[in-house]
Amino acid sequence: MNKDPFNLVVCGVGGQGNVVASLLIGAVLVDQGYKVTIGETYGASQRGGSVMSHVRVSRERQYGPLLPPHSADLLIALEPSEAVRVLAQFGNPETVSVVNTRPIHPVDVICGDISYPPTDRLRQRIKSLSSTAYFVPATDKALEMENPLLTNIILIGAASGVGLLPITEDALAKAVKDYMSVQKVEINRKAFRVGTQIVN
Amino acid sequence: MSMLSLDSPGTEVLLMGNEAMARGALEAGISVAAAYPGNPSSEIIASLAQVAAEMGIYAEWSVNEKVALEVAAAAACSGLNALCAMKQNGLNVASDFLLNLNLSGINGGLVLIVCDDPAGISSTNEEDSRFFAKAADLPLFEPATFHEAKDMVREAFELSGKISSVCIVRSVTRISHARGNVTLGPLPRSRPLPLFPTTRMLSALPAAATHPMAHNRLRKAAEILESSPFNRYEGPENPELMVITCGSGWLFTSEAVGLLGLKSRVGILKIGATWPLPEKFLLEHLKRTEKVLFIEEVDPVLENNVKELFADHNCELPRIRFLGKKSGAAPDVGELSPALVMGILGSVMGVPPTEKDKDYARQASADLHKFAPARSLAFCAGCPHRASYWAIKKALAFDGRDGVVFGDIGCYALAVLPTGFHQAKTLHAMGSGTGMACGFGILRGLGGTQPSIAVCGDSTFYHAAIPALINGLHQNSDFLLIILDNSATAMTGFQPHPGSPVDAMGHQAPPVAIEDLCRSLGVKTLIEDPFNLKAASDTIYDLLQEEGARVLILRQECALVRGKRAARRFNVSIDPEKCIGEECGCNRLCTRVFRCPGLNWNQALKKSTIDDAICTGCGVCVDICPRGAIIKESA
Repeated sequence: MNKDPFNLVVCGVGGQGNVVASLLIGAVLVDQGYKVTIGETYGASQRGGSVMSHVRVSRERQYGPLLPPHSADLLIALEPSEAVRVLAQFGNPETVSVVNTRPIHPVDVICGDISYPPTDRLRQRIKSLSSTAYFVPATDKALEMENPLLTNIILIGAASGVGLLPITEDALAKAVKDYMSVQKVEINRKAFRVGTQIVN
Repeated sequence: MSMLSLDSPGTEVLLMGNEAMARGALEAGISVAAAYPGNPSSEIIASLAQVAAEMGIYAEWSVNEKVALEVAAAAACSGLNALCAMKQNGLNVASDFLLNLNLSGINGGLVLIVCDDPAGISSTNEEDSRFFAKAADLPLFEPATFHEAKDMVREAFELSGKISSVCIVRSVTRISHARGNVTLGPLPRSRPLPLFPTTRMLSALPAAATHPMAHNRLRKAAEILESSPFNRYEGPENPELMVITCGSGWLFTSEAVGLLGLKSRVGILKIGATWPLPEKFLLEHLKRTEKVLFIEEVDPVLENNVKELFADHNCELPRIRFLGKKSGAAPDVGELSPALVMGILGSVMGVPPTEKDKDYARQASADLHKFAPARSLAFCAGCPHRASYWAIKKALAFDGRDGVVFGDIGCYALAVLPTGFHQAKTLHAMGSGTGMACGFGILRGLGGTQPSIAVCGDSTFYHAAIPALINGLHQNSDFLLIILDNSATAMTGFQPHPGSPVDAMGHQAPPVAIEDLCRSLGVKTLIEDPFNLKAASDTIYDLLQEEGARVLILRQECALVRGKRAARRFNVSIDPEKCIGEECGCNRLCTRVFRCPGLNWNQALKKSTIDDAICTGCGVCVDICPRGAIIKESA
């Protein structure tokens, strides 16, 4: 995080753990002495709609809960087509993207009104709109752990593993204990480790 | 663990705006907290209820906002500090009481937090609740950051105690549903014992005497707030432009001024205590500029109040050009954003938008819809509402008299969209579907022929539909009230309601059964499971043929609530031999019309499939396939 403010977007589909991901990232950074602001966009869209959290990190001051256009430094996308939606508004040539590979089809696609983009073209689009793009099979790994809800933590692990976020396994574990529950620490530690190993 | 009860003054933690306000109330030593859930306000009482036992306070989910305010007021009339929270629509419900409580005053402290929802992100409207403060002659605070949200609630309690009246804190979505650093203050542990002093009357009557007293209290508040630290100026001595802003507008404005390189030309006057206005403070600053821009969400409330103040003092002040919602410089609807505020400031100050990354922006938005397909709102996989509306649709089609369904507030309001097959034809306020259905049923006597149906959730029924049902019964209206009972206030986070066996704090509570209540009124009341599509549809049809007020409870637990405690009922699959896709003539009834997210249309195979990761195993789709291609087996 060599910028101030450092702007991160976590996006996905309602129910994927978007809010928890941004909360845990924010909690770790507040512990490190940063001023962190998280703006969440859900409302009625929590039911299968597009969701997005804006995380603003600064040593200087408390920033607003929404990013100015095209100012994202890092994008963590829990769903690939949502990555494209966010990059259109907040991406720039320097944005680094960490993207889960598993698509979630909108009800509009299920019913046949519109179609979902082919995987290779979607990846190409994300790459062309990012300085670097990491594609992480986070949900597949989470399903191997028999809990698809760990997708978000695996992605945080992946982003941290390649040095995009200053988060260690111990720091994440402390945030889980402080802001969620002590019972959830072990499984989240494991998911974080899985994430760091995928990209390494 | 909860950060809310962390007794560690000086520690910096990450709190949601709503949690920060709850913490502020704890630091002010509240004894009682009450609310009816509604976003973006729900986490205030939810987080207090979680620590209620530990902190020795009482927290409740009240039946509606008016009762919530009355519960809090009773504590505040007994010398305690009490918090009441609601969304903007809720204040409409509570306003009758509020506009009398302001006249009587209180004996303790009462802070009313109202969370507005600019752009109606989780609401039917985007009403600006601030005008209630002016109408009720009550002090109003508007926090601009999370830490300030906490401190303002604490200060509001202090002021409330000093003036013996209610103080209002108005938050918005971008404060309530955002998170930021909050430095914790001390938590008082001792609280006064409740005592209502019977030597004194707390009555609004007679208004001729109590109204002047309310004005006196507001004057006293104005004196105290004149030096409030929540009001401050940042910028050059004589700015070319002075932005007067409050609430979330302050964060967006201060960032935009920096990004546009306008710090030496633009000053920001942040008003935190917005009613009564800090008049001396404002007049002092207005002298220093010739141009003022107002940035606020949603209505020009601060704008109009400051202009009114200017008009009263125009002889002493320079000529000022006022820009804002009235002049057209800022939009008069919707919520603010950094892009919007940068655009307004840029155009007022003649700073053109940056051309940086123009190619990128063009490339990123080209054919966006092909790469980021629309995600329409839909009922969750296995949602009982989808089944209920399917049954209603079938019954109305079979009935053939063009029956009208009056909608209401909750997840099931989505019935105005394709996910609920467009079945609901109206959508307004809590309980208004039942009231309108009762009114429509009366039109039979004037030659109306269409059947009248109301849909109403369980929590909404207790909140506001009961009086309408009683009215319909007494007026002999012909209507069917269908209560979609999914066992929780699902839309706002599954809070308990009077039909639940537990209260907000998790204690056992006597449930008030909907059917017992309706039957006690003498209304014919039937119960069906919407997952049993045929029985539900047949019963609706039968009830439509009867006269008078009738009630049908369609009872099935919310799929999200059930998913947390129970395994799936069925393993559902599709027999690829039986599903003949577009050859069938069903026009893909399952994926195109029924539209459960657990079903998927396989473009390559031209057949329907089940997405096992999303399907909840309710098995309802089995009954809609005309070919019998969808199969369920007990899980």
